[in-house]
Amino acid sequence: MGETILDVQNVKKHFKAGKHQTIKSVDGISFDIRKGETLGLVGESGSGKTTLGRTLVGIYEATEGKVIFDGRDLSKLDRKSKKMVNREIQMIFQDPQASLNPRMKVGDIIAEGLDAYRLKKGSARKQRIIELLEKVGLSPEHADRFPHEFSGGQRQRIGIARALAVEPSFIVADEPISALDVSIQAQVVNLLADLQQEFGLTYLFIAHDLAMVNHISDRIGVMYLGQMMELAASDELFAEPLHPYTKALLSAIPASEPSLRGAKERILLGGDPPSPIEPPSGCPFRTRCPAAMEVCAKQKPQWKEIKNEHYTACHLYG
Amino acid sequence: MPEVNDSMFKPVDRSRLRIRTKSRPVMGYWHEVALKLAKNKLALTGFFLLLIILTLSIIGPHLLPFTPSHQSLTEGNLKPSAKHWFGTDDLGRDIWVRVWTGARISLLIGIIAAIIDLIMGVLVGGISGYMAGRSRAGDRIDGFLMRIVEILYGIPYLLVVILLMVVMKPGLTTMILALSITGWVGMARIVRGQILQLKQQEYVMAAEKLGTSHFKIISKHLLPNMMGIIIVNLTFTIPQAIFSESFLSFLGLGVQAPTASWGTMANDSLGVVLSGQWWRLFFPALMISLTMFAFNAFGDGLQDALDPRSEK
Ligand code: SF4
Repeated sequence: MGETILDVQNVKKHFKAGKHQTIKSVDGISFDIRKGETLGLVGESGSGKTTLGRTLVGIYEATEGKVIFDGRDLSKLDRKSKKMVNREIQMIFQDPQASLNPRMKVGDIIAEGLDAYRLKKGSARKQRIIELLEKVGLSPEHADRFPHEFSGGQRQRIGIARALAVEPSFIVADEPISALDVSIQAQVVNLLADLQQEFGLTYLFIAHDLAMVNHISDRIGVMYLGQMMELAASDELFAEPLHPYTKALLSAIPASEPSLRGAKERILLGGDPPSPIEPPSGCPFRTRCPAAMEVCAKQKPQWKEIKNEHYTACHLYG
Repeated sequence: MPEVNDSMFKPVDRSRLRIRTKSRPVMGYWHEVALKLAKNKLALTGFFLLLIILTLSIIGPHLLPFTPSHQSLTEGNLKPSAKHWFGTDDLGRDIWVRVWTGARISLLIGIIAAIIDLIMGVLVGGISGYMAGRSRAGDRIDGFLMRIVEILYGIPYLLVVILLMVVMKPGLTTMILALSITGWVGMARIVRGQILQLKQQEYVMAAEKLGTSHFKIISKHLLPNMMGIIIVNLTFTIPQAIFSESFLSFLGLGVQAPTASWGTMANDSLGVVLSGQWWRLFFPALMISLTMFAFNAFGDGLQDALDPRSEK
């Protein structure tokens, strides 16, 4: 595996809710992302995956912990180098409706980064807009239109072009296909894969179920209630899941994708995930875990490498 | 229930499955708003009424050969006629001329109220909303501004005018001063709320992520997306200010006689309406009502037209 591009060390992001409560959206996560790979990040809504994504790109400031990009600690940069690093890390947003300003023309949306960094002006700017539109499978005349004239899939392409404009090396894609029709999802995933090939991009691809990230991810991380439950290479995770939560997620993949599901029994999880304001003591998953033991309530399981490159946090493996 | 079987299903005609691509002429947002507005009869009526009132407030007084303070005791209390279109009052002053001079005061108050709203309201609300949640200092600025707004919000305009009269004479200046103290808080709240909401939009996050400057985020992303709400709010605060002026002048707390204002004219007429001189009250009251109606009808229509979800 290649060298590390992003090193995440015990990152926490807490929000204040009212006077005395904190929402522990992300609560101590460590992992790394390697140059050129796609790391899939899976979790239910409320698991903190979007918050983690936004913290990694710098939209949110981490409450605790370090994010090291290309050897540089993001929290310790001066303004100038921060701006440069910012350019290299971009984001593709979830809602293609909300992520494009309805009052701006598509060309100006795509050129937003070019303008902010004063990269291109006049005809060079125009040229670059056309080039980017074509890269994402749209045509030059689309530049003069407004976002509402496009379909969801096309809008997501516009969002991708906007991120590409500043030539990033690392892109966080926050559920880029969840809001799209199933028939269009594959197109967007393929586009992302092609662009990765062409520009040597690294992705953190956030999704809410395993089936969605399987095709594109080299490795997959599973999040639950602000913490990472398991992290392994995709094949390994599907073939030999360790954590009870991962097993449950895998068993929930519909039978229409038998190759992914294997011959596993469906594990039904009871109840809803607990609130991140008052997470359970010990293991966050213990309230729904079919294998929960006494120790699970008392001690938080350690994040450990159980096998080569296969991490999990569970007392069953300890 | 009838049984469902295979024979009931037919393959869909392939040609109907074509992906719908929207291809209509490129149209700006405001262009679309104007089109929607043009189809709303009530709003259109309001708009043209406003135009007429505005025009007549400019040229109206010049259409008859009198000045608003021109008295002629021999021509007192005349009914509307070819010489005095709206009749005269007890001092023989022409009511048509006075009504349209009074309209100038009303519109002036309306315009000033709008300017105060735009400058103070948008500025305070904008700073507050933009700073909120940005940093600890930002939160403090937001908290401080909103505390002021809350305090002012609780003080009625009428009370401020009366309090100001302790130190000032009643008149246009007093009313304008009172308006600048309290008139903008509603706008400030609305703008702040809008900004807080817009800041959560992913396109604003994307802009920040791309390194767009604060100035551009405000001018390109926030303001254009709030314009509608700001304008709609104006179409409600302007008539409110106009009505307050008339009302205060009517009570004798606003513009003072002999200056013509719809309120003072209505007040003057109180004693004589019952003795049959209906035109003395009718025309100023009609103008107040028409102006209120025109603004509200137009404002309502505008609100609908600005809502992107409403179809043409
Ligand atoms: S630590 Fe205990 S509760 Fe948590 S997943 Fe493992 S077995 Fe289940």
